[in-house]
Amino acid sequence: MNVQFKGGLILIVLVAALYYVFPTFKAYQSGVDPQTVADKVNLGLDLQGGMYLDIEVESDAAVEEIVRRTRDNLEDLLIDEQVDFIEVRQQQNSLVLEMEPGRKVQLEESPFDRILVQFDETVDGDLVRLSIKPEEAERVRKNSISQALEVLRNRIDGLGISEPSLQQQGENSIVIQLPGLKDRERAIELIGPQAILEFNLVNSDATVNTYNRLTETIKYEETWDKSTNKLLSRRPFVLEKKVLLTGEFIRDARVRFDPQTNQPYVSLSFDSMGSDRFAKITQRYRGRNLAIVLDNKIQSAPVIREAITGGEASISGLFTTEEASDLALVLRSGALPAPISIREERTVGASLGEDSVRQGLMSLLIGSALVLVFMIANYKLAGVFASVSLIFNVVLIISVLGAFGATLTLPGMAGIVLTIGMAVDANVLIFQRILEEMRRTSHPRGAIKEGFDRAFRTILDANVTTLFAALALLQFGTGPIKGFAVTLSIGILASMFTAIVVTRFFFDWIYLRRSSLQSISI
Amino acid sequence: MQLVKEGTVIDFLGKRFYAGIFSAILLVGGVVSILMHQGLNYGIDFRGGTNIQIRFKEVPNLDQLRNFFSKQDLGNVMLQTFGAVEDREILLGLSVDNPLGTGEKLTAGLREMLQPNYPEMEIRRIETIGPKVGDELKTSALQAILIALGLVLIYITFRFQWRQGIAAIITLLHDVMVVVGIFSIFDKEFTLPVIAALLTVVGYSLNDTIVIFDRIRENISKFRKRELLPLINQSVTETLSRTLLTSGTTLMVVLALVFLGGEIIHDFAFALLVGVLIGTYSSIYVASPTVLWLTKIAPPKTSD
Repeated sequence: MNVQFKGGLILIVLVAALYYVFPTFKAYQSGVDPQTVADKVNLGLDLQGGMYLDIEVESDAAVEEIVRRTRDNLEDLLIDEQVDFIEVRQQQNSLVLEMEPGRKVQLEESPFDRILVQFDETVDGDLVRLSIKPEEAERVRKNSISQALEVLRNRIDGLGISEPSLQQQGENSIVIQLPGLKDRERAIELIGPQAILEFNLVNSDATVNTYNRLTETIKYEETWDKSTNKLLSRRPFVLEKKVLLTGEFIRDARVRFDPQTNQPYVSLSFDSMGSDRFAKITQRYRGRNLAIVLDNKIQSAPVIREAITGGEASISGLFTTEEASDLALVLRSGALPAPISIREERTVGASLGEDSVRQGLMSLLIGSALVLVFMIANYKLAGVFASVSLIFNVVLIISVLGAFGATLTLPGMAGIVLTIGMAVDANVLIFQRILEEMRRTSHPRGAIKEGFDRAFRTILDANVTTLFAALALLQFGTGPIKGFAVTLSIGILASMFTAIVVTRFFFDWIYLRRSSLQSISI
Repeated sequence: MQLVKEGTVIDFLGKRFYAGIFSAILLVGGVVSILMHQGLNYGIDFRGGTNIQIRFKEVPNLDQLRNFFSKQDLGNVMLQTFGAVEDREILLGLSVDNPLGTGEKLTAGLREMLQPNYPEMEIRRIETIGPKVGDELKTSALQAILIALGLVLIYITFRFQWRQGIAAIITLLHDVMVVVGIFSIFDKEFTLPVIAALLTVVGYSLNDTIVIFDRIRENISKFRKRELLPLINQSVTETLSRTLLTSGTTLMVVLALVFLGGEIIHDFAFALLVGVLIGTYSSIYVASPTVLWLTKIAPPKTSD
């Protein structure tokens, strides 16, 4: 490589680097909203504040739910068809249909045959076992994840975060990232509930001790004190097990205010099928109490005064306006197909993020300054070459991060700081080698060439192995550690380029061009 | 700068017995400490649980807070000052099955609990790791270390000889075990960033080791007649300036991280600090003697 070629290459890289650094530089000026700038280095949640949630969708529960519904369905069909059976039991992912002794049922025939689309049948005397087909269970599981993604996306949109991100990770977990989130509690209240809404009839004649355990169940209405977050009372209701209507038929849910009390409530409007059902229910059970049950808790249990044909229902209770609007949002977004649980949460306040950025930059500045002063004091002009290479190195790392729209985390910043210290190693190797050669031959020109050539192999070997360590770290997937591995890897590659090409260029340019070279400053 | 005068050869290998004792003390000390602490002090990344960083208006009284939390029925509570005293922060550690759970009650409940006594407190950071994730992270941490060591062994064997490969692995294991031991002695928590630091130390220490191996190889081919022991001494001496200079610059940035990088990455930076020191020592006093030893017990055939 001659000097012109090297100079040209460096110039191209430098221009490209500056081109990709520019958006990042612009984005984090004061008075600029970073989100308006594209192709910048994004700050990780640990630096800009926000919430990282890794949630698990319990997709097995979605399968069990399908089996449970099939059980209800089968039971209804058997009764309709007047088949003599004792009971249908659910055992996790299979159903056991117990026939009366000697009786048979032909499940291959209509109307039962549609159950066999999803289930495998084995007969053992009076017991018919129906287990869900493995591929069917798999399909339900997969669907539950994509449905959950959809529902959660709708709910999160209501939070008003400017760049939320949701993505599936692994088999059944979803990673939610909410940069700039301020109200953690509200986010979890929106994301967390499964939001299964059901309407059941109340049996006001039965009591907790005297209800029919086969067809009825007990659920509670809870009253909480908002200011102390204490449970004030739990009022039991006897509900008929049969679910008359579910949240699936909701077309819209909005917050309204009671004109008399000015209390907020949630107004539901059903789609046409839901409206029909609701009209029938309210007509048939006029005078009785209808419980509105959300995630197994009774929201309210008003008396049906008259048949409601307009397809509208309302949920009242002691809401604040925000609670009511969040409940409306959750109901509009629909129910999650399965319960979810938090696998991992990392929430950082904005002020802490700012502190971290400041501390990271501070260690970068002070660390670099120490190294630069040390190199110049030690290697004189050659140290200046190395210093320019080092600064180039940092610019390169940031530009590569920017070009790929990568995310910079706190450990990532530490990775850059560390790279500064380690990147000079390549320069140190070269310079020491030149010094050794100079003592041997006292021939500066040859010493420079030999120094670079001999150090090259060592640099390669040493850096490749460090790269292995960084690559091994990449398998931690997302999160802060990945940021560290990424900046470390980029830093190692960049340091090889700057030492072998950039530092070399300075030697070529300053010294090797001369016709006679007596001494070098090193 | 030449730290060593021209022509001198320092008898590093002559001290290998003392170096062995030094390493043994570090390793045994670490093992004893780990046994005394009944295992490693895993952070929530690996054991699951919740950490909450809280800032108060005034410097909190830790005893008073401890007393306060013990009355709150929060299960097993860990409490420590976080960062410098004037930062007015504490780190509160709750177990996986704490009664506040992981949902909205975690912060709401905590705030209600603390606000009457400490009205101006700020919850700055919350980290919750479920037990399942903890186990997964443990597995991937172990995998990462094994992958790194495996790749290194293959590469070095390929570029040098198997003796160097084995010596490099022994050196790296030495470094990792010493850092882990020192973490246990200082009773510092073992977290994900510490694993990252360990792997970086692996890369760094290897870097040093390879520079020395490289020189040994070069000198072997230059002086075919000489014995290995003086050649190793010569090689280590020749590369000593470089070794110390690079350690010096790396230590500068690591110290910048330790003192200026903030409390969140403090343990990470501390692991790097210990690792850089140990890695420099081991490339001179562990890697080279191991090569010598391996050559003695399995001498190369003349064709080697």
